Order: sequence, then structure tokens, then C-alpha cells
Amino acid sequence: MAVDRSRLPDVLPDPAFHFPRIVRHTLANGLDLRTVEHHTVPVVSGVLVVHGGAGADPPGEEGLAALTADMLDEGTGSLNAIDVSEGFARIGAEFDVDIGPDAAQIGLTVLSRFLERGLSLVADLVVRPSLRSDDFDRVRKLRMDRLRQLKDLPPAVAERAFLRLLYDRHPYGHLPIGTEAALSACRLERVTECHRAMFRPGRATLVLSGPLSHERLAAIAGDAFGAWEGGESGGWNAGGVDPAYVPPRLAVVGRAGAAQSELRIGHLSASRTTPDYPALLVMNAVLGGQFVSRLNLRLREEKGHTYSARTGFDWRKHLAPFALQASVHTAATAESIRETLAEFGAIRGSRPPSDEEMVLARASLTRGYSRNFETAPQVARSVAQLALFGLPDSYFEEFIPRINAVERDEVVRAAERYIDPARAVTLIVGDHAVVGDSLATLGLGAPQMLSPEV
Amino acid sequence: MDPVALPFAKHRLSNGLDVIVHEDHHVPIVAVNLWYHVGSKNERPGRTGFAHLFEHLMFEGSAHHDRGYFPPLQRAGGALNGSTNADRTNYWEVVPTGAIDLALWLESDRMGYLLPALTAKRFETQRDVVLNERRQNYENRPYGLAITAITAALYPDDHPYHWMTIGTADDLRAMRLEDVQAFFRTYYHPANASLALAGDIETARAFELAERYFGDLPAGTRPSPVHATAALDRERRLVLEDRVELPRIYMAWHSPAMFAAGDAEMDLVADLLANGKTSRLYRTLVYDRRVALDVSAYQGSRELAGFFLLVATAAPGQHPADFARLIDVAIQEVTDTGPSAVEMERARAQAEAHFLYRLQTVGGFGGKSDQLNAYNVFRGDPGFFAADLARYRGATRETVRDEARRVLVMDRRVVLSVVPRGQLALALPGSEPVSVS
Repeated sequence: MAVDRSRLPDVLPDPAFHFPRIVRHTLANGLDLRTVEHHTVPVVSGVLVVHGGAGADPPGEEGLAALTADMLDEGTGSLNAIDVSEGFARIGAEFDVDIGPDAAQIGLTVLSRFLERGLSLVADLVVRPSLRSDDFDRVRKLRMDRLRQLKDLPPAVAERAFLRLLYDRHPYGHLPIGTEAALSACRLERVTECHRAMFRPGRATLVLSGPLSHERLAAIAGDAFGAWEGGESGGWNAGGVDPAYVPPRLAVVGRAGAAQSELRIGHLSASRTTPDYPALLVMNAVLGGQFVSRLNLRLREEKGHTYSARTGFDWRKHLAPFALQASVHTAATAESIRETLAEFGAIRGSRPPSDEEMVLARASLTRGYSRNFETAPQVARSVAQLALFGLPDSYFEEFIPRINAVERDEVVRAAERYIDPARAVTLIVGDHAVVGDSLATLGLGAPQMLSPEV
Repeated sequence: MDPVALPFAKHRLSNGLDVIVHEDHHVPIVAVNLWYHVGSKNERPGRTGFAHLFEHLMFEGSAHHDRGYFPPLQRAGGALNGSTNADRTNYWEVVPTGAIDLALWLESDRMGYLLPALTAKRFETQRDVVLNERRQNYENRPYGLAITAITAALYPDDHPYHWMTIGTADDLRAMRLEDVQAFFRTYYHPANASLALAGDIETARAFELAERYFGDLPAGTRPSPVHATAALDRERRLVLEDRVELPRIYMAWHSPAMFAAGDAEMDLVADLLANGKTSRLYRTLVYDRRVALDVSAYQGSRELAGFFLLVATAAPGQHPADFARLIDVAIQEVTDTGPSAVEMERARAQAEAHFLYRLQTVGGFGGKSDQLNAYNVFRGDPGFFAADLARYRGATRETVRDEARRVLVMDRRVVLSVVPRGQLALALPGSEPVSVS
């Protein structure tokens, strides 16, 4: 049968999507445990979410939570850092620690038959880390050296400066890795105190996903974490953000001779728990959240100014940034900024999403949704997000109908409320001598000149 | 059945297109993965960057869908991407089961009918996009030009691995639309391609759909294989100035080609020498002596030949010459006595686990469909998965030691120092300045 090439083939509807059941258990010490059965290959994945994170770093101690989390796998009991790595390597396990603004997430992926061994080692690290002075000196030095290296990396320089511009003195305003001054002043006692305050079972959720029964997963988790002592679990959380703070409109971190300008354009916008979340996802998909979106089509596919332009929310428990990220050819800097601000404005009303854009945005978020949950690590990380932001177990099950219910006027209203070119901060990491004159044409005033170490 | 297995069925269409199917009905998605056996090694000096720029053009439209490829696939809930390296170009979609026809229609249309849609405007815009990709990932990134300098030194000017897949900026600017059209005719046809379908689809139906969409495309002539050899007869020391805070040392050797004898062993050598906290050099340089911030190694397996790369960044205040000596000592130990029994046991456990982790996903880069195509294109056998794993299971202390001894010869390597601008004294003694752009 010859192929009809006069039109694209029809796409059949997706089967109904169902997220596997999440079963909750609470250990006697208060640890919240969630298990999800996932029967494919014999691999189990786990994520321990510990609330706190860099957003709770006290003033002058920027980087404390990240340093503390980094110290976990430096040793436990009679094992040193090398022994710990050896312990994971000999069972082929993958272990990682990620510290964000609102939580630490400790991940383990392991063959099912080694789950007990892997998880009990994780528990030893989290509950009983050695926190030795010699390791502390080495790890702190490595992190300070890493900060020094980040000064060479335009995206990292931009991220660091942009968060500082948006949040000013709020602890969301520093990267989790912190600052040179705070790290060099940090003492081991503070790491010990941070560990004692933050790494408490009452502040944590353990998610396990894999081809074992709920009961079996829960029993293994109980064996590993049952001895974690409870106690006081308050404090050590990020506080609210001052919504009245007005940042400068334009800032530049100079990088003489740079081949491109690294751009961040945006402002504080919404928190992850806003009821407008579905409308914001659709809005972002139209504006810049995916390949086929207004800004990528304009800056990349039409103009060739960049390899990639994306917008997105850097979600947090409190007010989170919405921003464009792009690295553009130096000569196209001012034009790219102008185009971006114009698109931020247009979606608020002068050019609302078309029917086609609405269909595409909703479909790209909902169709094929099941591919987000193909592997045990994907499932575990997804459920960890629910724990992080306090979202209901039914969240994934309800996601598709909620997105499909978003109408155009809701998108426009959400854009009006949460996106505003008039208060967007534009940050450029690039060659000021070359782009400086063109910036004057943007009407954003004189740029604030920043050092790479804000 | 061994859970570490990748079953499949293979059929060759009459036009030469290989079709490989793997069923996995856990999730209602199908991965479409298409490899063309063409990469930057099929280019010529002065005309580099073709294969990769071409990959960009494949998303811009074809005769019967004369507009972007992203919108219809995103609207169907599909994910899609492509990539180019020295040896091959791959394209993939992961779509809901109900969109399999759409994905195959589009893939077959751009295989058979790309050129009528390839306009000068699309070509020029994507050339600008690629020039920006190059700026972003190479020119404006610390140490971003180091590998360019190393491959240029490892391989002679006319060797197909001498240049980078991204191409030189001058070559990209000099490229003409006619050259691109000729490139398509030579390399983009069924006889030079391999299609893998993995996921929620019955094997018989997958073959039927492949026949329906691709069966009537003309075969084309299978391009002749590329041959080239390269060797070093001395140690070459180079220094590159860059916008970096800290000096970094790269050491590179010629090593076995992909899947050739000794390739798996060199993979294991990389791990035991320099990957992770358990590795010998992490322990010495970073943990005990604290003279380096990081160390890593890599067996870069490619079709014609491999290269083994070892990289370490100096801690502030440290001269790379000091830790370069420690690296040489560690290499000497491996070539003298090989890995310990404990190291071999660990390496085998990790290989076993990683082969299993690779079976978790049907599509995308490195998923099951991509692996089947890699085995088919480079080995002519999609069933090479088991033999691939056996290479790691079968390695011994002796084979690892012997291969390390053969490859890691001190006076046949390239040693590149990347130093902060104006600080040439931080390079290893006797290094010759190179400039790369």
C-alpha cells in the first residue's frame, strides 16, 4: 500500500494514564516513607528528601547546607570516604547528593538484590556521618576552589549574579555552593550543628520505587532507617521573600572578548504551590518553555542569534524566578533583549496564544505523559517532588485533566499577573566594551556593573 | 532468562534499510531511532562541519511536510532530537504508541524527500545557529578548545579524526548549499541507514510499518568505508592559553577502536586509574596529596581508532609538572602489575550493573533502540549486547595489564597543558604553544 504523502497520518488517542499507587508508611521515628511498585528491570531507586537546604543558610553562612550535605559521604563509623565509595562501587550502585534551595535530595539506584546493602550504607551516611575535621578541611577547600573555577563559566556566573539581583539578601539569593567569604569563615562545628538540626527523620521523606512489593520495600527501609533518632525537627527552613524589593533593571558582568553574551531576563514570579500553576505551565510552553515556542522560534529558528533560548520557572517553596536563559552572539545582544521583552509583553494581551499554540502547548505537556515515568529513578524522583512541595498523591493522576482544562483567557490572566517586562531584570555576562552602546537603546537605564563574585 | 539481555528481531528491506525491533510493553510509547552511517570522518579538510550542520537541516522540513519537524511531533506528545559524532548521525523520536505512524512518516519523508525543501534561507539560518552552538560550547567555555588541540595533534592533517565534528568556523562560513545537497545524496539513503523500533509495538506490525513508509525509497549506493591510520613516534608537549583560573593537564594516547580487542580493557583502565573516589589517582592526587582538584579518564572508542584521555586540574598554587610525575608513577604501576583482584571484582560489578541500567529506557540517546543501532551499524549485529557484556566479564588482571602496557607508552603520547593567559610558565617544561580557534 503506497503511503499517502499529501497529509500527515492521524494520531490515535493515548490510553488513559494512571500513576502507580503510592503507599505511605510512617516509621516510629517520624520518617515519612512512600513506596511505589515499578516492575520492569530488577533495579530499585530511592530518594531521601530532607527539608532545609540552601534557602535556610543563615546570613554570613552561605554554603553551609551544601557543605554539610557534601560531608555526608566522607565517612561513617570505621569507613573513610574511599571506603564509602568502594562500598557503593562493589554493588554497582549509583549514589548522589543534590542540595537545592529548599531541600537536600540523596539518591540511590541499585540492583534489587543489593537494595539492603545500598540503603543501609545510605542510612549510615545520613544518620551517622563521621564529620571529621581533616575531611572538612579538604572538602571545604575543594568547594572554594570550585567556586573559583565557576568564575570561568558564563552560565554559572550569570546564575550567581542573577539570583543575587532578584533576591538581594534573602538566602535564595546565593547559589547552594555559597560564597568565598562564608566558606572560608565556616567551621566544622557549624556543619555538625547544621547536620543535627536539618537531618532529622521528622523533616524527611524517603521514596522507594522498584520491582518489590510495598511491604518488602517498607521493611527494608525500616531496617535501614529505623534507628534514626527523632527529636526536635522545627526551624532550618527558608523564610518568605520580601515582595516589595525592587531590583535594578539592567546589570552587566564584564567578560572582555567573550564570543557570546550569556543572558538572564526575568523577575520573581510565583511559588510552586500557586493555584495558577497549570496556567503558568501552558503559558511557559507557548512563550519559551520548549523548542516550538515563541522565543526559541524567534531567536534561534528565525534569526539564528543563539543555539537555544528557553524560559522557565526555577520553582521554590516561596517566590520563584521566571526567566529567559540564552547565550547569544555578542553582536545580537541588544536585539535579543528587545525581542525577549517584547514577547514577555505580547503574551499578556496584544498577542494572546492562538488556537494552534494552545493545542500545541497543552498536548506537549499531556500527550505521551507516561514517558516521564518509564524508569524506577524517574518514578522515585517524581514522587520526591510531591514530598518537596507538599503536593497530594493524586497529583500525577490529575495532571492531564488539569492541563487540558486550561483556557486561553486563563493563560493571558496568568501572564498579566506573573510576567511583566516592565519589572524584568536583564543581566548580561559579556563583552561590555562591545555591547555597551547598544544597551543604551533599550531604555533600561545605565547598567549596574557587577563583579563575578556578587 | 538472564535479565541482562536485549532481545530483538531484524529484517533488511529490499532497498537495504536494516530494521530492528525490540518489544517492551511496560509503557505505551515507542522509540524510533534512525542511524545514518555518516559522521565528520566522512568530511574532508577545508570542508569540515558538514555532517553536523546537515543534522540541523533535517529538522527544518521535507518535500511533503515543508515546515518544522518539531510542531507535529510535540503536538502528538513526542520527544525528539538528533546528534552527530565522528562516525554516525542519529535521529530519534519517542512517541505515544498512537503516533508511531506519524513518526515513521516524517522520518521516511526526510530520508527520501529532503532536498526540495532545503532552501538557502534555512541553510543560512542553521549555519548561524551552528556558529552559535560552536561559540557556546567551545569558544566561550573554559578549556573548551582543549580536545580540538589534542585531536589535531594525535592525528595527521588528512586523517578523518583530525578535525572536530562541529567543524571550523571558517569552513562553516565557506560552506555552500550545493555541497550540502551532494552530501545528502551520498550518505542519506536506506542502504546507509539502520532503523530501530523499541517499545509498545508488535514485531510483525513494526516490520509492516517500516516496509510501508520506507520500502519504496530508492536504495542509493552504500558509501565505501573510510580507512586511515595514525601513530605517534614521540611525546608531543603542547600548551594552550585560555581564559581559565587554574591549569589543567590532558594526556592522550592512541588506543583500540570501538569493540576491538583491548577496548573494554582500556575502559576498565580508565576507571581504575582515574574515575571516582575509588580510583588510584583520585586517592593520590585529590584525597591524599591534595595537589589536584579533579582527575578523570576516558577510553574514547571510535570506529577507526580510539584514544585514551586522562585529565587533571591543578589545585591553586600547584604546578602541573609536580602531579604529572605522580600520574606517570600511577601509570607505571598499572602497566607493571595490573589491577588488583579487588579492583577487578569492583570493575565487573559496575559493568554488570551498568549494562542493566542501560535497559531501563527504550528511547533517546543511549536507550535500547540506540544501543541496537550502535551494535548493528558498528558490528553488523544488533545482538552484540551479550558479547559486549562478555568483553567486560572476560577481562582479567592480565589482559588489563597487557593492554595498558601496550597503549600507555610514555614517549608516544600528547600532553597538553591548558594554562591561564599569560602564564606559560605553568605548562609542563618543553611545551610548544598552539593556537586553536
